[in-house]
Amino acid sequence: MAARSIHGAMRGAGAAALAGALALTASACSNPGGESGGTAVKDTAVVGIAYEPETLSPLLGYGKDGNSKIFDGLLTQDADMKLKPALAVALPEVSADRLTYTFKLRKGVTFSDGKPFTAKDVVFTYSTILDPKTNNPSKGELDAVKEVRAEGDDTVVFTLKYPYAPFAQRTVLPIVPEHIAGKQDVNTGDFATAPVGTGPYKLVKWSKSEKIAFEANPSYWGGAPKVKKFTMAVIKDDDVRATRLRSGDLDGAILPPNLAQGFEKDKHKKTWTAKTYDYRNVTLPTGNKVTGDTAVRRALDLAVDREAMVDKILDGAGKPAYGPVPTGSPWFAKGTERPHDLAGAKKILDEAGWKPGADGIREKDGVRAAFPLWYLSGDKLRQDHALAYASDAKKAGIEITTKSGTWEVIEPRMKDEAVLAGGGSPGDPDFDQYTLLKSSLAGDGFNNMAWYTDPAVDKALDDGRRSGDTAVRKAAYDTVQRELVKNPGYTFLTHIDHLYVVNDRWDGLSTQTEPHDHGLASGPWWNVETWAPKK
Amino acid sequence: MARMAGRRTLFAGPVLLVVTFGVFAVAAASPFDPVKAYAGTAGLTASQDNLDQLRANLGVDQPLVTRWWDWLTAALTGDLGDSSTLRQPVADVIGDRLGWSVLLAATAFLVAIVLGTGLGVLAGRRPGGWLDRCVSSAAYTLEAAPAFWLGLLAIWFFALKLDVLPAGGLTDTASDTVTFGQVANHLVLPAAVLGISQLPWFYLYVRQGVADALEEDPVRGARARGLSERTVLLGHALRSGMLPMLTLVGSRVPELITGALLVETVFSWPGIAAATVQAATSVDFPLLAALTVLATAAVLLGNLLSDLLYGIADPRVGFDG
Repeated sequence: MAARSIHGAMRGAGAAALAGALALTASACSNPGGESGGTAVKDTAVVGIAYEPETLSPLLGYGKDGNSKIFDGLLTQDADMKLKPALAVALPEVSADRLTYTFKLRKGVTFSDGKPFTAKDVVFTYSTILDPKTNNPSKGELDAVKEVRAEGDDTVVFTLKYPYAPFAQRTVLPIVPEHIAGKQDVNTGDFATAPVGTGPYKLVKWSKSEKIAFEANPSYWGGAPKVKKFTMAVIKDDDVRATRLRSGDLDGAILPPNLAQGFEKDKHKKTWTAKTYDYRNVTLPTGNKVTGDTAVRRALDLAVDREAMVDKILDGAGKPAYGPVPTGSPWFAKGTERPHDLAGAKKILDEAGWKPGADGIREKDGVRAAFPLWYLSGDKLRQDHALAYASDAKKAGIEITTKSGTWEVIEPRMKDEAVLAGGGSPGDPDFDQYTLLKSSLAGDGFNNMAWYTDPAVDKALDDGRRSGDTAVRKAAYDTVQRELVKNPGYTFLTHIDHLYVVNDRWDGLSTQTEPHDHGLASGPWWNVETWAPKK
Repeated sequence: MARMAGRRTLFAGPVLLVVTFGVFAVAAASPFDPVKAYAGTAGLTASQDNLDQLRANLGVDQPLVTRWWDWLTAALTGDLGDSSTLRQPVADVIGDRLGWSVLLAATAFLVAIVLGTGLGVLAGRRPGGWLDRCVSSAAYTLEAAPAFWLGLLAIWFFALKLDVLPAGGLTDTASDTVTFGQVANHLVLPAAVLGISQLPWFYLYVRQGVADALEEDPVRGARARGLSERTVLLGHALRSGMLPMLTLVGSRVPELITGALLVETVFSWPGIAAATVQAATSVDFPLLAALTVLATAAVLLGNLLSDLLYGIADPRVGFDG
């Protein structure tokens, strides 16, 4: 009915006349918009992203996980997330006590303004980020750093407060030029919108909430990129992004599974699926009488049907999660997978003395097996996960009431009410597990939201963090994951794939393992500097 | 007339003061936390120490009145402060974006007024005629259709089906220079959508005004004296028929700003609207206050404009009687 009357409206004399006039004006003005940016030009790529960064200054947090396009770090990560040298000539030399990291720097590298890159720039970058006056919300990631100093022009030495195995992983952090960034206010200066770096691309223009335009840096030390112009269009709405991809305005875009499916039959476009560390889980706070009971936690861990969530909620684009480490990762402890086992869950509850009451909901010592579960309002994916979880739990006799709210509403309740949370940073198993499970971080901001406390896990986390031996570390994280089976402080539900649809006219595309948030670095364009047009 | 403009300007000062204080008070009472907003996703892994340090650095641990007073005194000396969400001085944020929003809103307004008036006059001449029936039903439908929905429809039709107009942005996505031709080309759809979403108001008012005026005694008298239909319409009917529309011109300004918000989002138009939403949800006080002053000033100006036009169009009304 509504559609018909709108159709009528469009045919209404005025609207039709206007439409005609507009069409004429447009075609007279210039040639159709979609084409000039699209398939005709081979050395140009335009992609659609959902979120833009708040800042392009690494000093304020931009590009801290690598792949910042404009900048390079001392190290970088390849497609398999292995560290390799970038502005350093080799991986760092680590002292025997694991407290000193020495980097030799690449010679002859210049910033895109032509000035040379030296050890002073590295020292400036790290010490500025660590300065309390710098508004960098991620500076906690460099907590281990005690001191950073230059030895001559091409050596940088980091001294740590405590042995921190994943430290080298943190040095993918982009290096900024002291001669530019050092001359302005770090928090509000225009370096945040007009950055200069050593990276493969130079920023041409950042038109906020519209697009970020890059051009190839012809003097890039790694060789000039073949994609000469690279533009990221900022399009928040999923449907609009899909529409502009279809219209030829974009060469690629990140899309939710249901919209990506629409491009399956398109011969000129290819769908890329990026494996991720992006998990969804339910916090089971220790302070709550129901969720703090190990029997309830273990029962929930078995009662939940993860395969069904992957199939129904994610349209197959994901994997069941049994902990923060994805099942495909080399750090995953094989054998800790828990298949859906409703009977097993009921048995655990029966044995622990949780007996079904009149309405089917279990009770023990006058406590009803019921608790609220919060999810972020407006997040459809989390809502679906929360509802599925509540329905699975109901079958085992546990009543979960789902509630939605913003973080402001949820945060004060996190100590004793469950939350459907998300997260995930690839690179090192320490990154997620330490902040999720370390007892000393309970209730510290959004760290250890479940107030999880387990001495065996605490010890293993410290071992894993301090040791430089991969075998020792692997054993430590295996312990953590096995302990999580015995005492699950969180129910991990799924790891979510990120889908990208890209025009099939370049060679060299691949995807990296991706983190929870979709930064600029994610997607098949993580290495756009090595793409080459197809012949 | 000059007296009215002067008096209104005098009133504008206190009004703006009250409005900015109101904004600070409402934002302070909102449950949103500026520090969380500043930190974004990084805040979800930040330690409490780090967040506390940010709170002190951003100055959001100060009491409401202090923050407002600091902002006000700085603003009066020309320093609008720094936007915490956009990591940029507020003056730069506004300077970068305001022009594009004004261009979009002004073009849309022109489309709405010219087409609305034209069609309204034509329809008002013969109420119940085919043109009236077609356009009126279209206008009622449009009034019910949200602007963002019209925007998506327009993208689907003109950018996808016909492929004659770009689907969004200020310039071609791959282009990084802003040229007149490109902007003109990219302006067509958003301005048309915004204009058309405002059009029903003007159309319906003018149509009713003209139809009523044609029934009034002076017009009948003019007809009876044998004056030409053209003179009757333009000289008599239109003059009194247009009056309600002049009020509308002023009062539509706020609506235009909200409409622009949705349209800017759908078409990725780099205007001020998106920044406004961001400022509000992130409790970005300096940006929010500056934008509110701008919006309030726009509304005050709009009202003044419509009153002035009213006085000019019909001397019987006078200026602030």
